[in-house]
Amino acid sequence: MARIIGGIGTSHIPAIGLAMARHQCADPYWKDFFDAYAPVRRWLADARPTVAVVVYNDHGLNFFLDKMPAFAIGAAPEYRNTDEGWGLPTLASFPGDAELSWHLIEALAAADFDLTTCQEMLVDHGFVVPMQLLWPNTSDWPVRTIPIHVNTVQHPLPSPARCLRFGETLGRAIEAWPRDERVLVLGTGGLSHQLDGRRAGFINKPFDLYCLDKIVHQPEQLASLTIRELVAQAGTQGPELIQWLVMRGALGAHVRQLQRNYHVPVSNTGSGLLLLEKAA
Amino acid sequence: MDDRIEPWGTTLFDGRAARRGFALNKMCFSFNDAANRDEFRRDEDAYCRRYGLDERQRAAVRDRDVLAMLEAGGNIYYLAKLAGIFGLGVQDIGAQQTGMSVDAFRARLLGAGG
Repeated sequence: MARIIGGIGTSHIPAIGLAMARHQCADPYWKDFFDAYAPVRRWLADARPTVAVVVYNDHGLNFFLDKMPAFAIGAAPEYRNTDEGWGLPTLASFPGDAELSWHLIEALAAADFDLTTCQEMLVDHGFVVPMQLLWPNTSDWPVRTIPIHVNTVQHPLPSPARCLRFGETLGRAIEAWPRDERVLVLGTGGLSHQLDGRRAGFINKPFDLYCLDKIVHQPEQLASLTIRELVAQAGTQGPELIQWLVMRGALGAHVRQLQRNYHVPVSNTGSGLLLLEKAA
Repeated sequence: MDDRIEPWGTTLFDGRAARRGFALNKMCFSFNDAANRDEFRRDEDAYCRRYGLDERQRAAVRDRDVLAMLEAGGNIYYLAKLAGIFGLGVQDIGAQQTGMSVDAFRARLLGAGG
């Protein structure tokens, strides 16, 4: 049977990909941020996941505002990355697992989560930057991938509570897959940041640290927030926390925190890193 | 907290904004393609007209005025693709919207760790 081995919460901002492309990881601005990923990569080398379910939001590469799904899932044999318009190098395509995707689609629909299904899906920085952070300098990705997009672009957004429930259902669906897979779930984006408006540059370190605390053992407390409260506390792009809540939900009730880091600023954001192992 | 009121300097990109900004955002979406970016550079206003931008949106693009683009329904992720053509990143855009120099804006971000 498939088993969820762990979950990782990580930033997905383009500036990280640009810093990697420009070999700036050891620069004083970036060093502490990238160094925090070393223990996570060591854990991955031991844990050897075979599949990564990557929860993120598309920022205008695959989906335009003509059709904006609340929840969408890739069901393709591979996922291409391509030009987003501002200079991030294009990465090698990512292998998919369409059979597992369709199993998840069926299981989630049976539990009343109806997903938009994508047999072709371009993946943008929200997906590729975390992959690149976990497995740098490779074009031969060691995992098959399942992209899951949750809308954080156009309001109304799915509520934090619904995202936590979605994650719980996703976790059960993954573990009902009869093949032997070691599945990693990534929740990407955040933490506090605001790119638009006169409050641009807003970062809320105390709130970010509160979220990193609560998401480990009391995710229900974060799920009780509204999207508007998240915007107020974490900025216009702060609702990306819902991607983390999907990941956290998938891990089930009991987890062990193996790694945690908070770094500010990373470009315009407060950046969190969390590695959780599923506990019995 | 009154859940219906956004904090100062903050608006949600909702259905009203999405309707108002559809043409502008659609144009920006086209900039995923390098050939379209080149075509925009050759004649900006003709490109804007082709996508049906109204006078206010065309003026905002002409003036590189991010706050005016947001007021005209622009979504920041799409506007970022337009800004990229002008060689502007998220910190340049942040500086412009807050009326600060880019250095001052960066310094403020660095201070967020305190």
